Amino acid sequence: MAKLTKESKIKMLMDLITIRRFEERAIQMYAAGEFVGYLHPYVGMEAIAAGACAAIEEKDYIVSTHRGHGHCIAKGADINKMMAELLGKATGYCKGRGGSMHIADTELKMLGANGIVGGGIPISIGAGFGAKMRGKGEVVLCFFGDGASNNGVFHEALNMTAIFKLPVVYICENNLYAISMCSLDSVACEDIGKRACAYDIPGHIIEGSDPVEVYNTVKKAVKHARDGKGPSLVEAKTYRFYGHHPNDPAEYRTKEESEYYKKEKDPLINFKKAMIKEKVITKKEIEKMEKNIIEEIESAVDFAHKSPEPELAVFLEEVKRI
Amino acid sequence: MREIEYREAIREAVIEEMDKDKSVFLIGEDIGVYGGAFRAYKGLLEKYGTERVINTPISEIGIIGAGVGAALTGQRPITELMSIDFSTLAMDQIVNQAAKIRYMTGDSLNVPMVIRTQGGAGRGVAAQHSQSLEAWFYHVPGLKVVMPATSYDVKGLLKTAIRDDNPVIFLEHKMIYLLKGKVPEEEYTIPFGEADIKREGSDITLVAYSNMLFKSLEAAKELEKEGISCEVVDPRTLVPLDIDTIIDSVKKTGRLVVVTEACKRGSVASDISAKVNEKAFDWLDAPVKIVAGLNTPIPYNSTLEQASIPHTKDIVAAVKDII
Repeated sequence: MAKLTKESKIKMLMDLITIRRFEERAIQMYAAGEFVGYLHPYVGMEAIAAGACAAIEEKDYIVSTHRGHGHCIAKGADINKMMAELLGKATGYCKGRGGSMHIADTELKMLGANGIVGGGIPISIGAGFGAKMRGKGEVVLCFFGDGASNNGVFHEALNMTAIFKLPVVYICENNLYAISMCSLDSVACEDIGKRACAYDIPGHIIEGSDPVEVYNTVKKAVKHARDGKGPSLVEAKTYRFYGHHPNDPAEYRTKEESEYYKKEKDPLINFKKAMIKEKVITKKEIEKMEKNIIEEIESAVDFAHKSPEPELAVFLEEVKRI
Repeated sequence: MREIEYREAIREAVIEEMDKDKSVFLIGEDIGVYGGAFRAYKGLLEKYGTERVINTPISEIGIIGAGVGAALTGQRPITELMSIDFSTLAMDQIVNQAAKIRYMTGDSLNVPMVIRTQGGAGRGVAAQHSQSLEAWFYHVPGLKVVMPATSYDVKGLLKTAIRDDNPVIFLEHKMIYLLKGKVPEEEYTIPFGEADIKREGSDITLVAYSNMLFKSLEAAKELEKEGISCEVVDPRTLVPLDIDTIIDSVKKTGRLVVVTEACKRGSVASDISAKVNEKAFDWLDAPVKIVAGLNTPIPYNSTLEQASIPHTKDIVAAVKDII
């Protein structure tokens, strides 16, 4: 099994930082009323997107969730187009038609964030069929949360991909809460990863705050899929540092719990420490990297601000076509 | 010209398109050895193998989701819902995913898939297996809705549906599968948004689709004997709707009866009536009449079932009411 190279580790660190800073900037803009609708920050969960996307190739697909900015960025999305889409601009990924929850990039094989909980899970079945039919060894990563794992879509999809041995890796980002419903109360078994046995597929339960552990596990599952052995279920334990969205005070969580995760399980803090310790990168180099990323993000914000709104006339023409 | 069953016409369309384009495949329940609930897929498993004829568990969400995902990644799936009544189980994938992905992604992704299904009453299979739910899908921007009545129409329209780069709800009727109709040997397609004048006339326009087309043609025959000349217009595709052909006919005759098997409330027939009112009020010599099913779940008992849906006599009565 391929070990993580130095370059890959640095890329993972870059992804972690980019996702964190992007989300924090988006939260600022949202609070300032710069865009409407929903924002579901991925802050605290970055290691899963970064580790998982490091384990796949350009030809592979990802299916994402409403909390999908991290997946998009880790898959290589253009943050200019992402920012522009958040602001509903014509230069955004979806030309302003989709917003945060529906970002997709056909070239990057990003089959869409999704506004419906579990909405992407059945789509992953089809992406799996398509991959099998094309025979190019493509695999599909399907991200979803603890809440979605209780929905009928999950069970149909795991069953179907298992019986047809489709090349899909199901990655459950268990951040313990589906809005306010705690997964310890909502999931019938002790760990979501244990649900794999109901479909006779490999199940893994891992520490989601460690991008290397995520990488190693997803890599295993991807090989299993490419070898034609079918789907796997990976449950990555994680935590979202904000509420469901920025205006959610998350009173359903205790302060002690939040503080614990922010202090002990911050993927960024821990990975930076680990990379410095392993001498993969120095503190100074990290600071430089961070500075560059922040500049890129500001540049993306600027791009978004300066971009035009979608043209009403174009929209009205589109409406006729639909 | 040869006459073939509606379901045979479907089968021919599928074979022609699957032979032409290797990315077309079939997915649904009991479509393998069983050949489909109405045997429209007889022999196809043998011909194309399990790679392209995928027999699934009872997983409507999975079937439609598989269609969406496969379509997003370059295949052209023909998914099947055994009954339109079961679309309820897959509604998110149909309405929130298939119908909207192209739009929400600003045309970045599109969903070239067909959802083949059937509906309608007359088989005594009661409320959960007899509905006419086209109005639901008619009402969702992003979906096309096709409801062919004849063997000729079903073949030409299914080929077009398979070639369309967008999701199409292809709604057949269970009472039509064994009806025979003239179908040429040569290949042909029928474009969407083109109504067909199934019978020319001058006194009154009847707009009818799917199984109600046949009842309307019978009504027209009967009315002819009494000297009333009916023009029967079959829209064939509800979305896109060829309202122009309907309007042209109304401008000629001055009277309109719209016939649907679905219950009247919130029906496609009501919408057609409203459109004609908007666009051709000055040509109408009488209010538009709608002949529709009763606002009820379809009963099991045959007499009651028949009482719940329109018949030739109801159409005749409606015409006489406004002539």
